[in-house]
Amino acid sequence: MALPIAGWTEELARVRLHVVTGKGGTGKTTAAAALALALATGGRRVLLVEVEGRQGIAQVFDTAPLPYAEQRIAAAPGGGEVRALAVDAEAALLEYLSMFYNLGFAGRTLRRMGAIEFATTLAPGLRDVLLTGKVKECVGRTDNRGRHVYDAVVLDAPPTGRLVKFLDVTRAMADLAKVGPIKEQSDGVVRLLHSGDTAVHLVTLLEEMPVRETMDAVAELDIADLRPGAVMINRVRPPRLSARSTTAAASGRVDAARVRSGLEAAGLELDPACLDGLVDETVEHAVRVQVEQQARQQIAEIDLPLLELRDLNGGVDVGGLYELAEALTDQGVR
Amino acid sequence: MSEPIEEQEPAEEMVERAEPVEAGSHPHPHRPPRMDVDALLDDRGTHIVVCCGSGGVGKTTTAAALALRAAERGRRTVVLTIDPARRLAQSLGLRELDNQPRRVHVANLPSGGELNAMMLDMRRTFDDMVLAHASDGRAEQILANPFYQTISTSFSGTQEYMAMEKLGQLAATGQWDLIVVDTPPSRSALDFLDAPQRLGAVLDGRLIRMLSAPARAGGRSIRRLVGAGFGLFARAVSTIVGGQMLADASAFVQAFDTMFGGFRERARQTYELLRSPGTAFLVIAAPEPDALREASYFVERLAAEQMPLAGLVVNRTHPVLAPLPAPRALAAAEALERKGEAPLAAAVLRLHADRVAVADREKRMLARFTRAHPSVAVVGVPALPTDVHDLDGLREIARRMAGE
Repeated sequence: MALPIAGWTEELARVRLHVVTGKGGTGKTTAAAALALALATGGRRVLLVEVEGRQGIAQVFDTAPLPYAEQRIAAAPGGGEVRALAVDAEAALLEYLSMFYNLGFAGRTLRRMGAIEFATTLAPGLRDVLLTGKVKECVGRTDNRGRHVYDAVVLDAPPTGRLVKFLDVTRAMADLAKVGPIKEQSDGVVRLLHSGDTAVHLVTLLEEMPVRETMDAVAELDIADLRPGAVMINRVRPPRLSARSTTAAASGRVDAARVRSGLEAAGLELDPACLDGLVDETVEHAVRVQVEQQARQQIAEIDLPLLELRDLNGGVDVGGLYELAEALTDQGVR
Repeated sequence: MSEPIEEQEPAEEMVERAEPVEAGSHPHPHRPPRMDVDALLDDRGTHIVVCCGSGGVGKTTTAAALALRAAERGRRTVVLTIDPARRLAQSLGLRELDNQPRRVHVANLPSGGELNAMMLDMRRTFDDMVLAHASDGRAEQILANPFYQTISTSFSGTQEYMAMEKLGQLAATGQWDLIVVDTPPSRSALDFLDAPQRLGAVLDGRLIRMLSAPARAGGRSIRRLVGAGFGLFARAVSTIVGGQMLADASAFVQAFDTMFGGFRERARQTYELLRSPGTAFLVIAAPEPDALREASYFVERLAAEQMPLAGLVVNRTHPVLAPLPAPRALAAAEALERKGEAPLAAAVLRLHADRVAVADREKRMLARFTRAHPSVAVVGVPALPTDVHDLDGLREIARRMAGE
């Protein structure tokens, strides 16, 4: 029943900034982390960045909260490494100001007074400009031989509902100064985000609302002239019933007598209540599988490369992340 | 909603299913008290129910389902939703929600029962506040100020602040028996409590004055604190956000100044309303680590603020419906598959084992929460196999929440 998977394209292989978004609750941080590990596989260096102050990366890698500094968080198969960074708008503003003005010790006091937070809330766009500005700096940074420090940067971005606004730096800049260093910096961000170096991947579940939000997001990205990358289907579970049994069970028809005789053949003598429970579970399973099939059809209409991440039943731990990363590599991610 | 499911689920079973911590292979010593939704809704002393939790856990649906159930139990109810998604509007059969409560047609309500729904329009709520509290000339000046336009539409705390304001207004009419409030889809569940203060800090104007004229407004105390740094900072900020923005902000704050006391007073009143005994907070979560972590933060925060917590609603659980241990099911499935017999029974056994694994994971998640908060009442709401689009769906969610 699974549709063919388009996998990773040549264009995606050239992307340097992978923006990962999705509806809340679809597991975008897990998907971003697995993608970073997959991209780092085989000796590359990848930076995984978060911008919402949630410390989601530290949680999925089960480490202490990340400071505002790039640090190694995981080794990838084949000698690669993933570094992680939690960008904080206030720290980014201070860093930014100190590039142009010598604030000395005042920075910390200003922060304590709330002046830094105030400056970033004064012009709400400023926050996003600073966050995306820092990401751009990481993407473009080179070593003293002129080579990129990071082979790729993966951004665990805000959820789909806020994403386009977040990336719409041009609009945010309309609020801000028309000249000066921040203008130049943001022009660079705009160039990066709208170039072939950037792709926005959409994480979804095979459920109605997440898929609808994914489709809406693709339309919004098109309007904003941003490039959708791959659709990452998260928590894929195997269908257990045959196609015919699925259709029958989804409309409530499960041959309980046949199930019972089958169970007896396997040496299981169950009381009627238990058998009823199994039948109910079967109906729910079948209904869910049908919903998933519809969701897949809708996703297929978007016509983007598809990646699948299977459901890790024990919940995602670090070992699970490597498993998902390996599955992404098998699907062509590089 | 699928018909067959409803038909095949007798009431006793639903009680089982509504209790995700009950059935299962790892009974836990800290079994949490079960939250009694009907007792909460029937209590005439309950006037406000606030549904909070992180994004994507089904807050809006929960709020609407609770409101519907309250109406069907004879209470004059209004549900205030903030989530801009059209879901609630659709499920309530409303084309648009326009910042005023609209009556929802529900068949066969008992006497006194009524369901109304509204969606917050934050810009309009803010405008109305300005118009109500500022003198004529001032109001127009404020509404036309570019900085006001930014604050009233883009500032991240505005939605939360206006939700509180609207809640205060609805409560003040005395028209409703029960107000069910959905909270904004914030990055974090705690934003709902913090945002009004953040917006208050902006509107307060002290910092704007300092930034626009640091020499005069900041005074010697600030200079002593940060030395020459502040002047530099102010200049830097002005370079970044532009002189015009600061000038607008400054003009806005001046015009707003006379109103500010009133704003702060209203925010304080709403805060007190939230702490009053007629208010109950429901923390909504999904059986996922992130959502339950947020739920934990929120529970602790409510305790710290002395706000009344009614319990935790865990949406979309998958309790096991047949008491057959997974290893036995898997062994039997393998035996059948080896012999190439009874493929349907083998499939049923496998999907049952999958389900046990999911249920065990959910129970582990919840047990972690309960260990940290043993006294918090909990109710699990078994997942519907499809999304909710109509009143029937909401009613079914509410039944599951009530353990029917």
